[in-house]
Amino acid sequence: MTVSVASEWLNACSGCEIAIVDMGERLLKILELVEFVHIPVLMDNKYYGQTGERHQLRLPAADVGIISGGVRNEEHLEVAEEMRRQCQTIIALGTCATHGGIPALSNSYANDQIVDRYYHTESTDPTQELPHDGVPALLEGCKALDEVIPVDVYLPGCPPHPDQVFGALAALLDGAPLPLRDKSVCDTCPTSREGKGRLAQMRRFLHAPKYGAADEPLDKMRCLLEQGLLCMGPVTRAGCGGDAALPRCIKARVPCRGCYGPAKPDGNQRMEMLGALASNGIDITSLPESTSLLRFSGAHGRLRPPLVRK
Amino acid sequence: MSKTIHIAPLTRIEGHAAIAINLDADGGVKDTKVHFQSLRGFEKFVEGKPAEELPRIVNRICGICPWQHHLASNKAVDACFGVTPPPAGQKLRELMQTISHAEDKLLHFFFLAAADFVLGPDSDYAVRNVIGVAKANPELAQKVVRMRYKAKMILEKFAGKAIHPVAGVTGGFAKPMTEEDRMQILSEMQELLDFALFTIEFAKTQVFPPYLEAIETIGVINTGFLGTVDDNGALNLYDGKLRLMKPDGSCTDFAAADYADHVGEKVVPWSYGKFPYAKSWAEGFSLDLEAPKGIYRANTLARINVCDKIATPQAQAELEEFREKFGRPAQATLLYHWARLIEEVYACEHAIALLQDPEITDPDIRAKVEPKAGRGVGCVEAPRGTLIHDYTTDENGLITRANLIVGTTHNLAPINMSVHQAAKALIKDGRADEGALNKIEMAVRAYDP
Repeated sequence: MTVSVASEWLNACSGCEIAIVDMGERLLKILELVEFVHIPVLMDNKYYGQTGERHQLRLPAADVGIISGGVRNEEHLEVAEEMRRQCQTIIALGTCATHGGIPALSNSYANDQIVDRYYHTESTDPTQELPHDGVPALLEGCKALDEVIPVDVYLPGCPPHPDQVFGALAALLDGAPLPLRDKSVCDTCPTSREGKGRLAQMRRFLHAPKYGAADEPLDKMRCLLEQGLLCMGPVTRAGCGGDAALPRCIKARVPCRGCYGPAKPDGNQRMEMLGALASNGIDITSLPESTSLLRFSGAHGRLRPPLVRK
Repeated sequence: MSKTIHIAPLTRIEGHAAIAINLDADGGVKDTKVHFQSLRGFEKFVEGKPAEELPRIVNRICGICPWQHHLASNKAVDACFGVTPPPAGQKLRELMQTISHAEDKLLHFFFLAAADFVLGPDSDYAVRNVIGVAKANPELAQKVVRMRYKAKMILEKFAGKAIHPVAGVTGGFAKPMTEEDRMQILSEMQELLDFALFTIEFAKTQVFPPYLEAIETIGVINTGFLGTVDDNGALNLYDGKLRLMKPDGSCTDFAAADYADHVGEKVVPWSYGKFPYAKSWAEGFSLDLEAPKGIYRANTLARINVCDKIATPQAQAELEEFREKFGRPAQATLLYHWARLIEEVYACEHAIALLQDPEITDPDIRAKVEPKAGRGVGCVEAPRGTLIHDYTTDENGLITRANLIVGTTHNLAPINMSVHQAAKALIKDGRADEGALNKIEMAVRAYDP
């Protein structure tokens, strides 16, 4: 029996869809088992009929609906609601869909500040008329998918590793339960933690961490946080390395920035990280700013514009 | 009665867009609008962030070309902080960017565009896609998927993340290359070069020939072009000077840092995306098909047109053949596909040349950096066109101002024109069947927006 799949992208960059394509030859195997009925990046199914004859946006029914991206404008909302009506199971694919992702950094600003900046840069000609014709109106802020529709399966990651996309689709095809992931990046990180030494300050990532020769294994390198580099590993959900399990950024000897979202689904990466640093005696004012600690999980009201007094 | 035909969403493209075609009382095309629907506000929300973090934030602008955003951003931050990466750091950045170009062009040609040519523009929409192509030609599909995966895995194995990379860092690169890495990647890139040569031959002999007439008719407009060349005028995807060519073929070269003297951006009511235009031509801005003003294009065809030559031999031979057939500048929009495959050959050859340079394994890959106040413009060629990141920092190295001109946006005005041209040619007496509407979309797809 084949499973029908509809896929949509909202306030997204297409990285999640490329992660689907990046399954390699496994993709061809999946394509034999699933029938895509709607996926704008790969096929030509249209919202208003193939010749634009309908007036209402309609999507085909499907067993599984995959949605990437947060919800930022009225069209995203309309598409998300129609997907929910038409699909049995909704998968939120990627950290934008599960927690807002990078575009939810815009939640620190009111829409008019965003619009004002973009249409008045140094290279933009002065304008009297801002875009309004045929473009969907912005909602107040960028929302995670479950702020607007119920979500059945969460697959965070920026982007999710192709191994996990494959694993989730394969499990859904078999009717098997999805593997639970409640570990943090640190739980899967091979670097060596010595736990000693008195660290009072965090350094910005302007210098390479210490390690030996180019081919020195990662387990010989000291934990980047213990080297004084901010690393979001303790508060970030594991899984970015896929089946190989090694955290991807650590593999490049670069500290984690939290792209899989909070280790606990409703966690707060900024609060938890600041708490972890403070409880280890680290001066949190040594960080240049802390909004960036929520760069992947600014939806759900975590980031907001500053209150303006009238 | 007047009527509007809506094509929504545009499909087999990377972004969010829709087309409205307005017909007049006689059923002729009155005007067309391409609505670019995404507005995320990166220019605003990067303010106040530490500049060295930007290459890991702005790469999320695009999941198809994150390496280009990552590296344009790194170059801009280096310039703000006044630091020059050591040669091996530069070479590793360039190598990663070049391999990502090679991977992307395979993605676009086979996964997004090929269905229109292999199965035909009028084929059933339910099969007119990569899945249909794979069913029609399973052996080729397997090969394509394997080759693209190989390129992607080079990036992931060496640089940790292939999508939304992290290995480019302020002052250089995060991870040195071992001799073992070098030999391994070199042999994989040889295989990819063989596949690139197979692909262009396959396209020239089996894909393009039935469409040579369509190439002369769908989406054809007359414009200038923008791309990057090195000091010898040769194609360069990573660094060099910008070259702006007028429709008559005359060129002006300038440093990327001076972009704002040459390029302006227009705000139009029907698109969130702004429309860049050639301000330095001092002729204004007009989308009029008969008398366009200030319109230039970017991306593959533009780069192939503005360069005097290509520094690698097999791509140079392809360039000569292309120019023999289509002249310079070539204007036909569907030739973007052909130009893309020439660049694919170049990207593979150039990656091999970079890997053959033993200096790439030098462990000195990252210069010492101190945050400071400054301004920096970083520019690379993204698959979709010239990509410009322009940052200003305060004395703590935090971003105070960012301006971005993203590859695809250079082509927004030309895409509007190509759609208008195609719609006028294909819609008569108010009738537009599915095949005609798909051909109008093909005029967009060529630009790979």
